[in-house]
Amino acid sequence: MSFAHTIGNIRYTFASLRDLLAKATPPRSGDHLAGVAAQTAEERVAAQFALADLPLDRFLGEAVVPYESDDVTRLIVDTHDAAAFAPLRSFTVGEFRDWLLSDEASGDRLAALAPGITPEMAAAVSKIMRVQDLIAVASKIRVVTRFRTTVGLPGRLSARLQPNHPADDPAGIAAAILDGLLLGSGDAVIGINPAGDNVAVTARLLQLIDSLRRRFQIPVQSCVLAHITTQMAAIEAGAPVDLIFQSIAGTEAANRSFGVSLALLDEAHQAGQALQRGATCAQGIRGDNIMYFETGQGSALSANAHHGVDQQTLEARAYAVARRFRPMLVNTVVGFIGPEYLYDGKQIARAGLEDHFCGKLLGLPMGCDVCYTNHAEADQDDMDSLLTLLAVAGVNYIMGVPGADDVMLNYQSTSFHDALYVRRVLGLRPAPEFEEWLAGDSFSRLALEAHQPERLLPA
Amino acid sequence: MSELSIPGPSLAARLRSLTPARVGLGRTGVSQQTADQLDFQRAHAQARDAVHARLDAPSLASALGALTGGPVLRLHSAAVDRPTYLQRPDLGRRLDETSRAALAASASGPFDLSVIVADGLSALAVERHISPLLQEWLPQLDGWLRAPLVVVEQGRVAIGDEIGATLGAALSVVLIGERPGLSSPDSLGAYITWDPRPGRTDAERNCISNIRAEGLSYSQAARQLTWYLNEARRRRLTGIALKDASAQLETGSE
Repeated sequence: MSFAHTIGNIRYTFASLRDLLAKATPPRSGDHLAGVAAQTAEERVAAQFALADLPLDRFLGEAVVPYESDDVTRLIVDTHDAAAFAPLRSFTVGEFRDWLLSDEASGDRLAALAPGITPEMAAAVSKIMRVQDLIAVASKIRVVTRFRTTVGLPGRLSARLQPNHPADDPAGIAAAILDGLLLGSGDAVIGINPAGDNVAVTARLLQLIDSLRRRFQIPVQSCVLAHITTQMAAIEAGAPVDLIFQSIAGTEAANRSFGVSLALLDEAHQAGQALQRGATCAQGIRGDNIMYFETGQGSALSANAHHGVDQQTLEARAYAVARRFRPMLVNTVVGFIGPEYLYDGKQIARAGLEDHFCGKLLGLPMGCDVCYTNHAEADQDDMDSLLTLLAVAGVNYIMGVPGADDVMLNYQSTSFHDALYVRRVLGLRPAPEFEEWLAGDSFSRLALEAHQPERLLPA
Repeated sequence: MSELSIPGPSLAARLRSLTPARVGLGRTGVSQQTADQLDFQRAHAQARDAVHARLDAPSLASALGALTGGPVLRLHSAAVDRPTYLQRPDLGRRLDETSRAALAASASGPFDLSVIVADGLSALAVERHISPLLQEWLPQLDGWLRAPLVVVEQGRVAIGDEIGATLGAALSVVLIGERPGLSSPDSLGAYITWDPRPGRTDAERNCISNIRAEGLSYSQAARQLTWYLNEARRRRLTGIALKDASAQLETGSE
C-alpha cells in the first residue's frame, strides 16, 4: 500500500513503508549512496508528515524486510509483546512522539513499553524528532546491567578502556591499561580489539587482564573483541572469558557477512552463561549480563544486504538481535564506517543520538563510540559536542582510548581525559564498585607498581 | 577525581616506551595539556591534508615511464572530484567514459600481470613510495609479461578489476594510498587479484598493508608481492585460500 502527502500543488507519494521511512530520514550520505533518500528537502518533509499520520499498528502488518527470507524480521514479529504494546495501539507515529515527550511518559512506563515497541516503530518516531527530543526522551530511560560492575545507574557514566596495540604486544597493551585505570577508565569493560584473530592471542590477552584484575582486586570485566567463534574456542581452551563480543546488524544477510547467525549467538550466549564469572555487585545483585554487541549505521549497505531499507531503520533492527540476549553492553560505533555513510560531524552527531535513543527505547544498555575517521568531515570539536550531548542524554558508557588515538584501528575516539571532562562538567560518577576501588588501597598499590609495567604481566 | 594520581614524567616515559599509543599524557585539571593537544592537532592536520591532496598524475606518469622504460597509461575514475569520491565509492570503482575508451583502444593482451597505481585516500603515500617500491620489486618480475603500467586518479581498489579485465591480464596488482591514520598519513597498500573482472569481492583478493618508512619496508613488501604472485599463478586463485598459505611467509625469516 502506498502513502501520500500534499504540499502546495505537489502530491508526494511513497510506494511502501520502506520507501516512506527512507524518504523521511534526515539527510545522510549512506541513504543517497543506496539510492533510497528523498530527492529534495520538501519531499523529505512531506514523507515526515505522512509518517507522522501513520498508525503505529501499521508496523505490525507490513515488514520492511520480508518475514519469509529474513530471520531478524521473524525475531521481531515472533517476539513482539502485544500486551506491552496495548497502551500505544491507538497512536499514530506523531502522537507517539508527543506522548514520549509528555510528563506522563516516565522512565518506568517507558521501560514497561519496550517489549511492545518494534525497531521500525522506534526508528520511525526518531525520524520526526529533533536532537533535543532524542535527548529529552532518552534521558528518562535507565537501562542497568551488571557483571562485576553496575553500569547505567542514574548519575553515573562508565568508560570502556580500549588499550589496542598494532601488534597485540602484551607489554604495550598493559601500558595502555595502566594509563587508563590511573585515569579512572575501565568500569564498563577493558576491551581489546586484537590485530590478529586467533585463539592463542585471544587467550593470552584475556589472561593478562585477568591476572591484573585479581592481583589488584579490580571490579572490572574483560573482553577480547575477536570473532565470536574465536572467543568460543577460547572458552573451550579454558581461557578466562568474561564478556562475549560480536558485531551485529539488522538483516540476516548482513549478519551472515559477519559470519554469525542467531543460532550461533544463542550457542555462544549459553557457553558464556555456563561459566558464571559475574560477581555480586552493588546492592547485592548478581551480575549475569554477559554479551557485548557493537553496531553502526551503514553496515548492512556495506555488506550489500540492505533490502532497500534506510540505514537508520536497519540499525534499529540490529537492536532487536541484541535485546534477545540481555547484553551487558551495546554500543554504536557511529563514525567508524566513513563518510560514504555519515559524511560529516553533523550527520555523525545526529546518528549517534538516534542510535542511543532507539536503543534505550527498545530496552538496551546503550553506549556510544563517539568517533570519526580521517576521511570524514569531522574533528575533535565535533566529538566534544556529541560526547557532551550523549552524556546529557544519559548514555551508559563511552570509549576511553589513550589520547583519543587508536593506533591499531586507525581512527579517533574519545580519550580517558574526555571521560574525566564529561563526568566533571555534568557531575557524573563511575560505576559504584569501580568508584569504591578508585578510593581504596588496591588502587594506591597499582599506582605505585605501575612504574614497572612489565612486572605486571602474567608470568 | 582529585584523588587520581597524575603520572609523573618517569612513569609517562616508561609507558610510552612500550607502545606507540598516546599514553602517559599529563593533565591540567582533568583536561589535556596544550603541548599534547597541539601535537594531536598536527597529526590530524597531516592526515586531512593527505586525504585531500591531489595526485600530480602527469609528473608521476613521466617519472614511472623513465623508471620502467615502458608506456604509462593515465586514467580517471567516474568520481569527478574528492568530495564525490568520498561519498560515492561506487564511482571510484569504475572508469569514466573517456578512460574506458582510451583503455579499450590500448588493450592488446593477454598479459600475465597488470600493475595499477591509484591515489586512493592518500596521494602522499603514492608520491612517496611508488617509485622506490617499483625499483625494488620490478626486477623480481623477470619472465612476467606486464601490461602497460596504469596510473588512475580518484580510484578505489576495485577499479583494478575493470582495468585488468580490459587489458586481458591474468593478475592485477593495485598499489593504492590507504586511509590515513593519525600517525601514518602516507601508508601504501597493495591488492592482488587473480583473474580480475568487475564483481570481484574483497574476499577474493590478497592485501599487503602499511608500506611506509615506519612500517613494512620496500624490500619486505616486494618480497611478499612476488611470493603472492607466484603462488597465485601456481594455484590459479587469490583470496582466503592464499591468505592461509601465507602464514608460512609471515613466519619465514626476515
